[in-house]
Amino acid sequence: MLNFLLRRILAGLATLFVALFLMFVLVDAAIDPLQDLRESTAPNKAQLIAARIDLLNLDTNVVVRFFMWLGNLFTGDFGVAWRSMQPVKDLLVHAIGSTLQLVTAATILSLVIGVTVGIVSALRQYSGFDYGIIFLSFLLYSLPSFWVAVLLKQWAAIGFNDFLKDPVIAWSVIAGIAVVAGLFWSLAVGGRPARRWQVFGVAAVSTFAMFAYLQLSGWWERPQIGPILLLILAGGSAVAIAAVFAGVHNRRAMWTGLTTVGVGLALYLPMQVVFDSIDENNWIIFGLALLAMAVGFLIGRLYGGPDWGISARTGAAVAFITGGLIFIDQVMQVWPPYFKALSGRPIPTFGDRTPGLGGNYWVGVLDAFTHLLLPTATLVLIAFAAYTRYSRSSMLEVMSQDYIRTARAKGLPERAVVVRHGFRNTLIPLATIVPIDIITLIGGAVITEAVFARPGMGQLFVRSLNDAEIEPVMGYLLITATLAIIANIVADIIYASIDPRIRLDA
Amino acid sequence: MSTSTHPETPSSGDTVENAIELQDVVGLSQGQIVRRRFFRHKGALVGLAALGGTILLAVTSVGIGPIPGWWMWTGYETGNPMSNPGGAPTLSLFPPAWGDHPFGQDELGRDIFARVMHGVQTSLMVMFVIGIVAGVIGVLVGAIAGFYRGGRDTALMRFTDLVITVPTIVIGAVIGKLSGQISAIVFAISLGLILWTTLSRLVRGEFLALREREFVDAARVAGASSGRIIFKHILPNAIGTIIVSTTLLMSSAILLETALSYLGFGITPPTISLGQMIQTYQQAFSTRPWLFWWPGIFIVIIALSVNFIGDGLRDAFDPRQKRIPSERKMANAMKADGSARGALTSTIPNQSGPMAGSGYGQ
Repeated sequence: MLNFLLRRILAGLATLFVALFLMFVLVDAAIDPLQDLRESTAPNKAQLIAARIDLLNLDTNVVVRFFMWLGNLFTGDFGVAWRSMQPVKDLLVHAIGSTLQLVTAATILSLVIGVTVGIVSALRQYSGFDYGIIFLSFLLYSLPSFWVAVLLKQWAAIGFNDFLKDPVIAWSVIAGIAVVAGLFWSLAVGGRPARRWQVFGVAAVSTFAMFAYLQLSGWWERPQIGPILLLILAGGSAVAIAAVFAGVHNRRAMWTGLTTVGVGLALYLPMQVVFDSIDENNWIIFGLALLAMAVGFLIGRLYGGPDWGISARTGAAVAFITGGLIFIDQVMQVWPPYFKALSGRPIPTFGDRTPGLGGNYWVGVLDAFTHLLLPTATLVLIAFAAYTRYSRSSMLEVMSQDYIRTARAKGLPERAVVVRHGFRNTLIPLATIVPIDIITLIGGAVITEAVFARPGMGQLFVRSLNDAEIEPVMGYLLITATLAIIANIVADIIYASIDPRIRLDA
Repeated sequence: MSTSTHPETPSSGDTVENAIELQDVVGLSQGQIVRRRFFRHKGALVGLAALGGTILLAVTSVGIGPIPGWWMWTGYETGNPMSNPGGAPTLSLFPPAWGDHPFGQDELGRDIFARVMHGVQTSLMVMFVIGIVAGVIGVLVGAIAGFYRGGRDTALMRFTDLVITVPTIVIGAVIGKLSGQISAIVFAISLGLILWTTLSRLVRGEFLALREREFVDAARVAGASSGRIIFKHILPNAIGTIIVSTTLLMSSAILLETALSYLGFGITPPTISLGQMIQTYQQAFSTRPWLFWWPGIFIVIIALSVNFIGDGLRDAFDPRQKRIPSERKMANAMKADGSARGALTSTIPNQSGPMAGSGYGQ
């Protein structure tokens, strides 16, 4: 293992060195820092050009300049963006923060949705649902991201802002949404015609009821979750998690989930006081999330039983969801003042924060959310298609294996076959793709960031390349290339650790 | 495909569906089987028709190079009188009408239909050139690395790692800035020079597996040179992987090209590209939305049809691919033709009962 790591790191360093050298030469050839001066009509043009050549060392050979840049790197000096004279290190730190927000949200969402839909699609192979999902994923996969982004920006943002000004959905539209939701669920659940009609009815009626409630209670003007909705949402997810991962007959897991929801509900009002009285930051919230998961785990452990592990994991997951809902509720409570502060147009189309907004921690979080909405939607739409395709084909492959037949033959319920034997093995190929995808996203949300003018890594790269500033471009490349090499090593290690057939020391 | 060496012989594990499949392909060459399977894939056929129609429309309407097309505008004339107020499209479905400017006009009065057709031509050209360049390099690198192994393999694969280290769009942007101003074809070739990596890894894998097969030994014993073995014996057996991944490469290439042109690192005026049109016209979305819709729709049409063709090819070339009819079709067939079942089971070895291998979907 150590031997493997050492070899890979050495090879990675060599690759990094050569890649950076080649990119330095390429970027140097691609940019022309003197262009604006050459086109200028200033009387002292020659003098200005000479000054800039002197500033940027342009009369030195490019190879020599590369080694000068590299040498500075070892002393911790990333160089400066010469047009604004800002140090590259500061630029990179700001950019990475903004990009990480975007990438984390987008990756988690698209992974959860994509894998779920892909697996369901594989389980219903050759059904109407499957064909629909295949077509949808092909369509999304073929969409140019910049086109979607501009479309969302010009259409969805403006449309949604207009809607929020006068939040009334026509009843015919609500009925239409309800029918579509009913169709979706009945196709996804499948089964005999009678069962499909049942599912269709339940899904359509509950969707209709939900929208009717949102409409009639004025939810759009004053969004909140509150204790009742919290009970419904958290209780529903507790039952769903326990039923899928532990089975309906596992009473201990079910009770763990419900107890955890009860604890969350009991803490709802005290938490309002706590949130009001302390000065929050991201670390405190992160700590609270960990604490909630620990409590959920403990509840599962206390229910005991021979397989307490699964109860404990259910408890932790339910606690995380319940805590998340309480957090979202807290964020929603600042919606009315935020809405007023932005004069009724809360969905922004550029940047990553509203300048000079002020307000407490929650306003900041809400502001970050609204800025993340459209870029995340763009990234999710496209990444979702890829993950659906991966997980669908991987699940199909797994479900035709002999060990699945063995599991069925020894009489396991279908749920256990799919979740324990199918689902886990489906994740193996995904585990190698996801780290590489995340890294590519960190460097590669170039288009989304450009369209929405988010000051992230991609935007930094595009702007510096356009402004002919080589040092920020190289700083960006250094980060992305290093991360790519690390991601590849991590992917190999993950692969070896979850698939016992692979040995790294071979 | 002349050297296909492994006819699909039924092994002991074969099942009812497999027998149907085998009856389907009995007495056909590999090429015929592939063609049949491809034409059975409806999505691929629709994709092929859509792509063919788009190419035909783009080439004949505005002409190619010096040859003029049948369309009256070139997309470069400015100051045409606006046919509709604001230059709105004259295309309408009810009643069906084509009009002077079916896709509308921009603020200078230029005809958008002609501009979109020029853009489609550029994008298609870039797509095919990237496909050819990346395909050739990928196959060569993969074949040499996989066939010779050893030092050459290590060197080539380290080189591949090097290219993969930097995200495609980033290296594409730098190369596009370097070559986009020169001409579209130089831009396409240089993009092809960086997009071959996935293909080369796949081809290497195929070659590593195929070079151990008996027919390669046989060819070597018969005195064939390495070049002959690579091109005449191994390559035809790897053609499925190559064609499929080249097709998928082309669909991502068109998205990359349009994205780079959108960012301003790709094709620059006066050459028209679809991505560049979207970039130019995105500010006019609220006043002249058609300027933004049409180029995007054509990108989607091209990428979607190439993706579907790729999927059809993958199904056609994959020997493991079995067509499993839906439960309803299977039940109907059983009901309608009870005698067929009898005929079928008699051709199957006894050890595979009627339920063997049908464990899926219960």
